[in-house]
Amino acid sequence: MSQPFRLDHGGRIDRDAPLQFTFDGRPINAYRGDTVASALLANGVTLVGRSFKHHRPRGIVSAGAEDPNAFVQIGHGARTLPNRLATVTAATPVLKVRHVNAWPTLEYDVMSVFGLAAPFIPAGFYYKTLMWPRRFWPLYEHFLRHAAGLGHAPDAPDPDRYDHVHAHCDVLVVGAGPAGLAAARAAAHTGARVILVDEQAEPGGSLLASRERVDDLPGPDWADAVTAELTAAPGVTLLPNTTAFGLYESNLVLLAERLITDQPDSAGSENGARVWRVLPKQIVLATGAHERPLLFANNDRPGVMLAGAISTYVRRYAVAPGSRAVLFTNNDSAYRTALDLTDAGVPVAAIADVRTDPDGDLPSEARAQGIPVHPGAVVRHAHGRGRVAAAELCSLDGAPLGAIECDLLGISGGFAPALHLHAQARGPSEWDPMLAAFAPKPGRGIHPAGAVAGELELAAALRQGTQAGSAAAAAAGRSNGSEPEVPRANDSAQAPIQPYWLPPGNLARAKPQFVDLHEDVTLDDLRLSLREGFESIEHVKRYTTLGMGPDQGKLANPLATGVIAELLGRDPASVGTPRHRPAYSPVSLGAIAGRHIGPLADPVRVTPMQEWHEAAGASFENVGQWRRAWYYPQPGESMHQAVARECLAVRHRVGILDYSTLGKIEITGPDAGEFLDRVYTNAWKRLRPGRCRYGLMLGEDGMIFDDGVTARLDDQRYLMFTSTSNAAPVLAWLEQWLQTEWPDLRVYLTSVSEHWSNIALAGPRSREVLAAAGTDIPLARDDFPFMTFREGQVAGVPARVFRISFSGELSYEINVPADRARHVWEALVDAGRPFGITPYGTETMHVLRAEKGFIIVGQETDGSVTPDDVGLGRLLSRRKDFLGKRSLSRPDSVRPDRKQLVGLLTDDPAQVLPEGGHVVDSPGPQRPLPMRGHVTSSYFSPVLGRSIALAMITGGRAALGERLHVATLHDDRWLPARSCHPVFYDPQGARQHV
Amino acid sequence: MQFYSFPNLIRRGLRGHRDWTPAWRKAEPKPAYDVVIVGAGGHGLATAYYLAKLHGVTNVAVLERGWLGGGNIGRNTAIVRSNYLWDASAHIYEFSLKLWEGLSQELNYNVMFSQRGLLNIAHSEQEVRDLARRVGANQLNGIDAELLSTDEISKLVPILNTSPHTRYPVLGGTLQRRGGVARHDAVAWGYARAADALGVDIIENCEVTGIRTANGRVTALETTRGEIRAGTVGLVVAGNASVLASMAGIRLPIQSHPLQALVTEPLKPVFDPVVMSAAVHVYIHQTDRGELVLGAGIDAPVSYDLNGNFRIIEHVLAAVCELFPIFSRVRMLRQWAGTVDVCPDASPIISGTPIKGLFMNCGWGTGGFKATPGSGWVFAHTLAHQEPHPLNEPFALDRFTTGALIDEHGAAAVAH
Amino acid sequence: MLLIPCPWCGPREDDEFTFAGEADIPRPADPDALTDEQWADYLFMRDNRRGRHREQWCHTAGCRRWFIVERDTVTNEILGASTYGNSS
Repeated sequence: MSQPFRLDHGGRIDRDAPLQFTFDGRPINAYRGDTVASALLANGVTLVGRSFKHHRPRGIVSAGAEDPNAFVQIGHGARTLPNRLATVTAATPVLKVRHVNAWPTLEYDVMSVFGLAAPFIPAGFYYKTLMWPRRFWPLYEHFLRHAAGLGHAPDAPDPDRYDHVHAHCDVLVVGAGPAGLAAARAAAHTGARVILVDEQAEPGGSLLASRERVDDLPGPDWADAVTAELTAAPGVTLLPNTTAFGLYESNLVLLAERLITDQPDSAGSENGARVWRVLPKQIVLATGAHERPLLFANNDRPGVMLAGAISTYVRRYAVAPGSRAVLFTNNDSAYRTALDLTDAGVPVAAIADVRTDPDGDLPSEARAQGIPVHPGAVVRHAHGRGRVAAAELCSLDGAPLGAIECDLLGISGGFAPALHLHAQARGPSEWDPMLAAFAPKPGRGIHPAGAVAGELELAAALRQGTQAGSAAAAAAGRSNGSEPEVPRANDSAQAPIQPYWLPPGNLARAKPQFVDLHEDVTLDDLRLSLREGFESIEHVKRYTTLGMGPDQGKLANPLATGVIAELLGRDPASVGTPRHRPAYSPVSLGAIAGRHIGPLADPVRVTPMQEWHEAAGASFENVGQWRRAWYYPQPGESMHQAVARECLAVRHRVGILDYSTLGKIEITGPDAGEFLDRVYTNAWKRLRPGRCRYGLMLGEDGMIFDDGVTARLDDQRYLMFTSTSNAAPVLAWLEQWLQTEWPDLRVYLTSVSEHWSNIALAGPRSREVLAAAGTDIPLARDDFPFMTFREGQVAGVPARVFRISFSGELSYEINVPADRARHVWEALVDAGRPFGITPYGTETMHVLRAEKGFIIVGQETDGSVTPDDVGLGRLLSRRKDFLGKRSLSRPDSVRPDRKQLVGLLTDDPAQVLPEGGHVVDSPGPQRPLPMRGHVTSSYFSPVLGRSIALAMITGGRAALGERLHVATLHDDRWLPARSCHPVFYDPQGARQHV
Repeated sequence: MQFYSFPNLIRRGLRGHRDWTPAWRKAEPKPAYDVVIVGAGGHGLATAYYLAKLHGVTNVAVLERGWLGGGNIGRNTAIVRSNYLWDASAHIYEFSLKLWEGLSQELNYNVMFSQRGLLNIAHSEQEVRDLARRVGANQLNGIDAELLSTDEISKLVPILNTSPHTRYPVLGGTLQRRGGVARHDAVAWGYARAADALGVDIIENCEVTGIRTANGRVTALETTRGEIRAGTVGLVVAGNASVLASMAGIRLPIQSHPLQALVTEPLKPVFDPVVMSAAVHVYIHQTDRGELVLGAGIDAPVSYDLNGNFRIIEHVLAAVCELFPIFSRVRMLRQWAGTVDVCPDASPIISGTPIKGLFMNCGWGTGGFKATPGSGWVFAHTLAHQEPHPLNEPFALDRFTTGALIDEHGAAAVAH
Repeated sequence: MLLIPCPWCGPREDDEFTFAGEADIPRPADPDALTDEQWADYLFMRDNRRGRHREQWCHTAGCRRWFIVERDTVTNEILGASTYGNSS
């Protein structure tokens, strides 16, 4: 088990739990507690990927979510995870890790020719070329697309499901570093409900690699102790492996908890994620800071690493990321790294410090250890191809200081607060010259603490965290009167940083100096962008793609602000930073979707007769959320044959339809009639109890909104039927008018759609079937005439029976309580058997109504159709106002050439016109060809033995009988037809009155 | 204007790209212009370009409150199509699509217009009817449109879940092969550069604070950089249309809403066309960089906020995971919103106003990007002639008085 | 996410509610007396204000009551809610 760069002792890995995973098929030996990145480094693997644009060899830069390079593909097949960061992926025995964006191998990548072409493909090069010849663009694009991209999408549907958690708390602490732990402890001390989240596998943050002591314990031990204390505390929820990725209005915080597994059937260490929606009363923001990179030629070579990350690998993972180091810094923190390396036995050949007189405690200690410090020196060039081989130093004015051999080059350009969450929610921030970075100011209910607030020293961060935790708990209404103890740590005297953005002079112009490693945005690219006038930080971002990679420019953006400011000679505060947008770290679509997929994508509504329909072999169609029986094919029958059989059964004998999906609204109160008068176009107050009437409802724009029958149940009670899909919108519409405009009307609305099932018996034998099923309602024609309603028993069940018809046949719509509906349905089917009763579905219902010229709202109408357009002008009362009436006298509503509902009969009676087909006067090849309208409904009518269609045609009613042509959609044929009155069957309406 | 071409790229590349000049000047406002356009978004810049190019009106300023292209031109999902239902819409969007097809060459700026096809899918019988109706109208209007069966859709986008066992199975769809996507920022930059070269002043960081009128005519604009006189003013400010119009005492039939979009991490190419589903409010395509770009439906409340409601994102991603189950493990990288100006009939207003010399181009709602070239072209004509071109005549403000709306919401999927 | 203060149920997440546009647009008492322009103004024209905005909400998945919310349309900060008739 060779791990050449694994240190012999130390670290937080479990040396008793060795494990092995593969990288590009090679075995990698690791321990539990490793990340993929730490294990790769321990095994001496430094080349982990190729860059996005130039395909340059790249290594691990950081030890966290900010890494711009360490993107790998995990696993294969349906569970593969593209573009995961090796730096945050736990090493587990089942992992199969592959490189992305290189072919055929990581070492020999064909696409690395882009690196050679780099001088000719600067930022935005594609805007300036690839335009000729015009027809070649698809070819150019094909090439660009295949060169771009990163990992591979899974090749099969995701087998996993993801949960959501909704949580409330008093204080949410984001980040479990020193400030976050102190804050959580202080808040928990008051009895507040606390949620503490951290993106790393274990709480502790920078403490886990700290040299310092807290409360007389080594940093990591103190973190463990506090973690144990918080784990035991009631009311505290500790969530490691959890990233707060979004902060929204009302301080809603979105968390993504990574579920870690080493189950053999999973592709890797991460078995999906759980998204938490947390509504905290107060937020402590302890998200830390990102170390800033520094610019020099070939600063992207594998082996160039953030100094803090080196310390993390050495102290936390017991890995030496190199065998001889040079450090390049403008602040004190890299000296810690130098000491850490020295402790681990890795020689530090030099520290190049931008500052001319680094005199803090840490530099003194480093000097005392004999580490060569070069004040006023910078690295100008990293030598080496596949890996850093030497760092070439120069003075601040560019004088060469020689090259120093190394295979590890640690860099630290200072720290930029991770204010992403804060900024997402428009939290204020300001330029902090001490940090040379933007730092957040406290916002609504948000308390920044620790490094994110610019407090880089441990003792001060602990103090600030404690105060923030107490203050947040107090603001959430929690306090126990006593001040929490502030953890003790030693303050070391720190020298200020010296901002360093641009290398001196014009050195190394030929060699790329990367500002954004992921996007291959170089210093020259920024110069070009500014030269071409793209000066706003948002322009720079869009023109150069700065910060647009999956790392979201966490390292690049803070650096770019300073670089651009210096190039423009402006104050960095005025340059700003690109707007921070969720997500802080990427979150999988499935985790965000949660359980709202598959059968739970939308509720399925079914009627009490659903199982009967299924047993009868029905085919179903979705109508809104409803699943409705479409037709009932018998063995061997096509849809066409089944529908024809069902239609003829209704016309000649009797059919039965489950019509329970219709919306039903009970309207009660002394002013119910007045209310109906206002919302329907026709008159209602004089409708006698026991009678039914068809009504049309318009929007205020005068266009048909819904239609249906309403019955007056008694003096102050009406039952309104709405179309299936409009049930909820109509109720909302009626309630809105009642509550906001007419609160004086004494009217109450109750939806009873689900309470009453509706069974339609239709056909000449329906009266006999109803009688045979057993009812106490007198059924004789004159006792129970058309458009009336009776209450009584049907098959032993209390029922409301309506003699209304959507088929034009003698018909009874029988409403019964939903829990008895299946019984009544079966009783009617049994009673109807001698009469040849036939269940029919929505398709037959559509054919039957079309034969009668009845419209369907949403099929004949489309939101631009008035009552007169569909021939229902007679339903418009002249004697009263109603919603939408005024709109009907606008100039466009009275245009003579409006589209009007007509029937169409094809010359060939067997030809069924295509629905949606357009109608013209005379066919021709010219385009555009003037259109008269379109076919709204079209069927073969079995009872008529020919096709019929309904259409909306300009000026159609005045020209009935005219010759028209309908275009087909798939071929260039024209189907001749004549217009006619839209009622094809029983135009006198005799059959429904029998 | 420096000519953009491959040889020039190489030549200047050999000199370290040091001699490229600004794409457009940072102009200082002059006291007066013949025409002032408010809003340096795609439509405003296109208007300025065509004014200068086709109508010889070059004494033109484009005023921008923030940075050029910072509004919806840089926030949309970059989809271009012309398969609209009604004649008026079909004509203007098709005219626009034809301009797209030569836009890179016209502007000497590669806007990366990629005609990779645009697929609309239907999930109910009524939606199939509605799409058939639209295809029929498109074909007779001379717009390429095909009706596809579920099998044909499955061949075109094999990763799309066309199983009959999903909650809302794909029952059919339409394809416009000439539809596609473009690089949205480049459209703004390309028009800005070309307009600037023709003498148009583009003035960023210049907010309009008032509109001066006299005797029913517009006379000047008050701005944060002083008063600017102009007899002709075009307001092209999308989500802020109502705010600007109110400065001239005009009320508009517009409500502003956040419209959200997001991108995922970059992937190697997995599918080609743009896929749109109106029923579940999903618009998705894969960019040349490999990211999936997704658009959602608008946030319901009126708002000028640019964050948006995360619920919308949850819903759209649930729909995406239903349609594309292999994307469930792909991750959302970045999410944002724009402010869209929505008209009651989902059609734009390109029109004069009760104030002479003051014109509006707004109300594009969720669909303005695709119209950018055509909108600029007809608006330039309208400003130059002080009356509309036949293509934008139906899109007048007075249609809300006469009732001649152009309802592009599509037929409401209501069943009996 | 907005926390909508329903006057009857207290603060609830916005997905329980339906938004229905600007408040204070009363239906004209006598529509027939209006010109087409006046009717269009009632029907379609909106202030669409940047800033303080009075608007109608319905607690659809709750008490189903309609009420008025005052909200800043730039920051989405909710400034108050009132019932039809009296404020709360």
